[in-house]
Formats: sequence, structure tokens, C-alpha cells
Amino acid sequence: MRLNLRVWRQKNGGSEGAMATYAVDGISPDMSFLEMLDTLNEDLILRGEDPVAFDHDCREGICGACSLVINGDAHGPERTTTCQLHMRSFRDGDTIDVEPWRASAFPVVKDLVVDRSAFDRVIQAGGYITATTGSAPEAHATPVPKADADSAFEHAECIGCGACVAACPNGSAMLFTSAKINHLNVLPQGSPERETRVLDMVAQMDAEGFGGCTLTGECATACPKGIPLPSIAAMNREWLRARRKVKG
Amino acid sequence: MAVSGLIMLGYLVAHVAGNLKVFFGPEEFNAYGHWLRVMGAPVLHHHWALWIVRIVLLAVVVAHAVSAYQLSRRDLKARPTAYVHRRKRASYATRTMRWGGIILGLFIVWHLLDLTTGTLHPGGFEEGKPYQNVVDTFSTWYGNVVYIVAMLALGLHVRHGFWSAAQTLGVGNARRERLLKLLANTLALVLTAGFVSVPVAVMTGVVS
Ligand code: HEM
Ligand code: SF4
Ligand code: FES
Repeated sequence: MRLNLRVWRQKNGGSEGAMATYAVDGISPDMSFLEMLDTLNEDLILRGEDPVAFDHDCREGICGACSLVINGDAHGPERTTTCQLHMRSFRDGDTIDVEPWRASAFPVVKDLVVDRSAFDRVIQAGGYITATTGSAPEAHATPVPKADADSAFEHAECIGCGACVAACPNGSAMLFTSAKINHLNVLPQGSPERETRVLDMVAQMDAEGFGGCTLTGECATACPKGIPLPSIAAMNREWLRARRKVKG
Repeated sequence: MAVSGLIMLGYLVAHVAGNLKVFFGPEEFNAYGHWLRVMGAPVLHHHWALWIVRIVLLAVVVAHAVSAYQLSRRDLKARPTAYVHRRKRASYATRTMRWGGIILGLFIVWHLLDLTTGTLHPGGFEEGKPYQNVVDTFSTWYGNVVYIVAMLALGLHVRHGFWSAAQTLGVGNARRERLLKLLANTLALVLTAGFVSVPVAVMTGVVS
């Protein structure tokens, strides 16, 4: 395949960026999107140019490091991570636009790399979980209803990639935060800190400069792990409940 | 946003029901207009209940507009750089919440000046004769256009707004999703159709 790439290039956080056009040739439809960028970077290095910086780690869709807006879609046209997107989703001769996540809480570090430490601080604000350390507990000691276990597992799937924020026209982090909160708040293991967790994480989310939610649903459409939109309502319910309990 | 929106929504349901009385002729419609003024009597003095409703509504409209402004500012600040590759996002109703809200705000002002104070009313505005006043307004082309456009905007605003408010207040969950969407669409449709039926009736001569 031969492709025409338009890639966001930006030297560092302080400098202005712009889209740059590159032609890449010899791309196999079986390559992942990141392998296609590797091919481009090898070319650039051979030509003595600065390679395009992008985040990646596991390349198997579980770490949440990869992060590209491809033709206006976070993680591209398929519902998966950029590392699991394959070039067969494109056609020979296509022009592909590649941009970094856009949100004021995720400043650009270089080219396509953004700083997502705001997410780490939201997670840290949730605090510790009261659980005894040491040897593994007896599996039947704490019964968990099946429905709750399923819900906790569904939300635990969030890999913190930030596609939800990138896709949201308001740069809101409600889906990510709701995944983290629902994951722990439905479980008995997470219940001692149930109220402080939701209040503190939401407060930190607001302090980081993420936008407010207007329920556009773009986040859930972009999420590679299928965190559903109603999780946001569930977090709001937890937050309202915690406010009532802490105040009253 | 959610609480003030829902209060307005409650008022609009009562308002559309009241408006439909226009189909039962001038006596009944004017009598209903009169009742609004003596509502609550003899416990409350004449007009008091009406003024309480008016004050609550004013407070709620202001609260809604102020929080809409704050939310919009925050959202625009959180996403200062647009993507170079643009694509259509979200549904039409969702994308038009801000402009739709502004249209509704302007409509409310015009509507009050037209049919409550009579300042902008075409023809001789007469207090206590709402039936004739309504017929006068909808006998002008611009009265019909402004009103119908505003009611279409209302339908869209309520379609996204009602469902959105349910999520804000934590009522939504995966199982209720379809029910809430159905309810939002029904409310939007009933309100828009109900309000629009009045100018259409005047235009076609059903109400004259
Ligand atoms: C002064 C005129 C108005 C303005 C400027 C306005 C503006 C807005 C804005 C910007 C939003 C949030 C946008 C979003 O969620 O995407 C909103 C939400 C909403 N509006 Fe309005 N609006 C107005 C009138 C009304 C009226 C007359 C109603 C009554 C039916 C209403 C009901 C709602 C509801 C229920 C919400 C959802 C609240 C939530 O998301 O929790 N609005 N409005
Ligand atoms: S909710 Fe989905 S899109 Fe958002 S950070 Fe988690 S996995 Fe990524
Ligand atoms: S590189 Fe780990 S999820 Fe894509």
C-alpha cells in the first residue's frame, strides 16, 4: 500500500505545531498502525530527519499508552486501540490525518505525545483501599453478587488511554473517572472508602481542568474497552449519595 | 442545569395543556386565563399565586442561563484546540443545545412582550381577552414563523435535555436507557406538537 500521511509535528510544549505531509510506501495491510508509523520513522531517520514521536508500549491493547486521533477519530475507525488497528482498515492511496489527543488537561509534549499525568492524579486522589496485605485471602471469605462482580470487571477494563477525553467536544474526563469509581464502589472491598473516593476523585478531575459533561456520548463511542455511557449516571448517583451521607 | 431545566419542563407541560383550551372557544379559554389570576383564592389574594409562579420561573430561567454560561465557558476552555480533521459529532439535538437555548431565551422575551404585556402585540391588545390576542398574533406571518421555529428548537432542546438531566441526577442506568430516551422523545414531541397546533389552527381557520 501507498499512503499519504498528514501528521501533527510540534517540537515541544512551548512551540507552535503544524501538520506535515509524508508519503509512505510498501505498507502491508497486515501491519498495525504503529508499525506503519515505524516504517515512516525508519525512512525519516535514514533521511536524517527527526522521527515522529508517539506513545506506545504493550502493542497488544492492554496498557493504554498508544494515543492517536486518526482522521478525527480517537484510536481511528475501528473500536480498538491504535496499536490493534490494522492497515487493512484503510485503502491504498488514502490520505490519513494523524493528530495528538486534544484537551487542555493533556498538553502536547512533542509531536503526537501528550502528558496524561492528570489521569494519574485523579487515580491518586481516590486514595488507598482498605485491604489486608500478606497471603491471598480465602476466595469465599467475601461474597460478591455476580452482577456486581460483572460490573466491577467491566469497569476495571479501562486502560486509562484517554480516548474518551480526546473524543469529547468538551474535553471531559467523566467516562474515565466513572470507570475508576464504579470499579471499586460496587465491591465490598471498596466500600470503606466509598464516599471519599467519589468526592475526592471528582474534585481532582475538576481541578485538572477537564470540561463538564453534556452527555454527547462521544466518549463511549470512542472507548476501546467499551465502558458504557450509563456509567456516568452511575457515578453521578454515587456522588449525590456521598454528598448526602457526608453532609447529613 | 438539570434541576432548573426540569422545573421549566414541568411548567411547559402545564402551559401546553392550558393552551389547548383555545380549541374549546373564547369563553372557555378566557375563563381559564381569568382562573390563572384568581388561582389559589380564597387562601391567597388575587394574582398572588400567579406572581409566585412568575417569580419562580424567572429565578429558574436566570439560574439555567447562568449555569449554561458557566458550563459552556468551562467546556470551551477544556478543549482550546480543534482537530484539523473535522467530522460531525453527536446528534443534531445534542449539538444544538447552546444555540437552541439562546433561541429559546430570545423567544421567551418576545413572547412575554407580545402576549403578556402587549408591548409588541399586533393589533389592539386587550387584557383579559387572551383568545382574541392569540388570534391576532397568529394572523401575522412573522408571529407564526417566530413561534413555530422556537417550538421546533424547544423540541430539540427537550429531547437531549430531559435525557441528559436524568443522567446528571443519576437516574439513568443501562436497563432504563431506552425508557428514558422514549420518554424524552415523547415529551419533546407532545410539547412541540401541542404548542404548534395553536398557530396552525389559526392559520387554517379552525380557531378564529
Ligand atoms: C434561557 C434559555 C435557555 C438557555 C440559554 C439554555 C441553555 C442550555 C444549555 C447550554 C444546556 C446544557 C447543554 C448540554 O447539556 O448540552 C441546557 C441544558 C438543559 N436545558 Fe436549557 N436552555 C434554555 C431554556 C430551556 C428551557 C425553556 C427548558 C425547559 C424545557 C430547558 C431545559 C433544559 C434541560 C432539562 C437541560 C439538561 C440539563 C442537564 O444536562 O443536566 N432549557 N440548556
Ligand atoms: S474509559 Fe475507555 S477511553 Fe476512557 S481512558 Fe478508560 S479505556 Fe480509555
Ligand atoms: S500500546 Fe498498549 S494499548 Fe496500545
